[in-house]
Amino acid sequence: MVALQQIAEHPASVDPAGMTIDARGVSHRFELHGAPLPVLDGVDLRVEPGEFVALLGPSGCGKSTLLRLIAGLEPPSRGRILADSRPIQGPDPSRVVVFQDPTLYPWRTVRDNVALGLEARGLLRSQGHRIDEALALVGLTGFAKAYPHQLSGGMAQRAALARALVNDPRLLILDEPLGKLDSLTRLTMQSELVDLWRRAGFTALLVTHDIEEALFMATRVIVFSERPAKVTADLRIDRDYPRHRGDPVLTELRHAILELLGLAGTW
Amino acid sequence: MSVNDTAAGLMAEDGGAEGEALSASGIRARFGLAAAAGLWFAAAAVTALWPDSDPDAWPRTGEFASLLVVAGGALVLALPFSLSGVARWKPVTDRLVAAVPWLVVLALGLIGWEILTAKLNLLPRPFFAPPQALLEVYLDDWPRLLDCFAASLKLLFTGYAIGAALGIVTGVAIGWSRAVGYWVHPVLRLIGPLPATAWLPIAFFAFPSSWSASVFLIALATGVPVTILTWSGVAGVNSAYYDIARTLGASQRFLVLRVAVPAAMPHVFVGLFMGLGASFAVLVVAEMLGVKSGIGWYLQWAQGWAAYANMYAALLVMALVCSGLVTLLFRVRDRLLAWQKGMLKW
Ligand SMILES: Nc1ncnc2c1ncn2[C@@H]1O[C@H](COP(=O)(O)OP(=O)(O)O)[C@@H](O)[C@H]1O
Ligand SMILES: [Mg+2]
Repeated sequence: MVALQQIAEHPASVDPAGMTIDARGVSHRFELHGAPLPVLDGVDLRVEPGEFVALLGPSGCGKSTLLRLIAGLEPPSRGRILADSRPIQGPDPSRVVVFQDPTLYPWRTVRDNVALGLEARGLLRSQGHRIDEALALVGLTGFAKAYPHQLSGGMAQRAALARALVNDPRLLILDEPLGKLDSLTRLTMQSELVDLWRRAGFTALLVTHDIEEALFMATRVIVFSERPAKVTADLRIDRDYPRHRGDPVLTELRHAILELLGLAGTW
Repeated sequence: MSVNDTAAGLMAEDGGAEGEALSASGIRARFGLAAAAGLWFAAAAVTALWPDSDPDAWPRTGEFASLLVVAGGALVLALPFSLSGVARWKPVTDRLVAAVPWLVVLALGLIGWEILTAKLNLLPRPFFAPPQALLEVYLDDWPRLLDCFAASLKLLFTGYAIGAALGIVTGVAIGWSRAVGYWVHPVLRLIGPLPATAWLPIAFFAFPSSWSASVFLIALATGVPVTILTWSGVAGVNSAYYDIARTLGASQRFLVLRVAVPAAMPHVFVGLFMGLGASFAVLVVAEMLGVKSGIGWYLQWAQGWAAYANMYAALLVMALVCSGLVTLLFRVRDRLLAWQKGMLKW
């Protein structure tokens, strides 16, 4: 993990590596078949620098929508979202998203996909070395020249992660990034993501449908209600890293969360 | 005997079996090539030894027979190469061997054509020319044919390049900008389905020269499919591609040039192929009706003089040129879209 050290040693700015996110009374609605569809209902959420916050909630409750708002891809219908005390105006490379689908550009090689952010900001020349570091970090050095259709699902998701990390984000937004991977790859990548986060010090926001994943990785778990999403619980996970999946405290918490999601009887 | 030894032994045996199979197929290939060569020699013999029904009509019968001998001779010369097993020759000889059925059928077809026309005179004369009449055209009229093809290619390239470039730009603009879409879409819907040749009378009247009018028509014929397909390509780009680029700090310019255009490229090429086909059609018609040069004009001129052999000769070269251009476009596409899986081979 030499490359990782190097990335951590070159912070993008003088601010702490992690970003503060402060969502205040955020509501959002879509139009569906001409009728308004409220998706978020007065969400208040403050994330401190360097926290790893997992968002849990029923499918379709609005978790991805909240992440899109924080990424700046859409403005909220109501409420304010502050990044480091400044209102979010639009997307910014300090807040990078990794989606459930890797969505690599099929016409670019893995290396050129990872280079995307630097290229878009005209930093290829000055920071090109970071591309190889990021590829090494996710273990794809040998596949730099491969095209996305030549990668397995796990490798493609690693490439997407490298594409995000190369920008040295201060907020890493993860929208079910491991959701489509086989369970073995998934467990490995959970550990790798945690390592990465602990070394680089960015703030992480993770949406997942896997309670164990949330408890294994996050410092805090937020539970949302059915759509329109409201925060129903905010649990602090005070366990040291590296964590153990069989930790009885985590098992307790898992039970509590299942209960919050109305699934207590199934366990 | 260790496992490795066994494996090596097995492999040696395999290799031996394969060698034998190769030589068996090699014998078949040699037989096929020899048969094809024999048929080409037979075609030469029929042409040269069986006197023409009209001894004065086709002065190039001898040359045509020589050409057939050369073809047969080339096949005979290829025989040792196809058997040598030298890796360097393998791609060429493999293709030759694969073409044996075609070589046989072609030789038989030439023999039949020769007998039906020059030898027995069974087909109405001016309309059905024997192969030596086509050869006569190539040998005697090649300067004019060459001029015509040069003129045609110049016209085609000018019109096609303008049409393709404008089509891509317009398609991207419609797909990208609501305002452009609002104004251009209805026009495209109205005018797009109209065959470009329908504009011919107006174009020849409105443009200063018939050449510029023809460029316009070819550009139009090319531009419409390229525009529509580029547009549909841009409109169909996965919106997640844009989300990704935007969160990474991409500008509008980057989104258009580095995301929308490459993502739409497979569609653009479909449009370019359609445009190429349409441009051939418009080229010939425009040359027949307006521009007094080029291959379309040559065809019409030949027909006017009942010089059917000239017409067939020109048609044959034209088919080769058009096919060559399509092949060229496929090559360009294969190179640019190498990232796609399962592409159609031309
Ligand atoms: N662009 C959109 N237009 C209309 N409805 C949308 C749009 N995006 C999401 N929705 C709806 O908003 C709700 C929440 O979606 P999402 O945030 O993706 O849920 P999840 O919590 O599963 O990530 C869903 O019912 C979805 O259908
Ligand atoms: Mg979601």
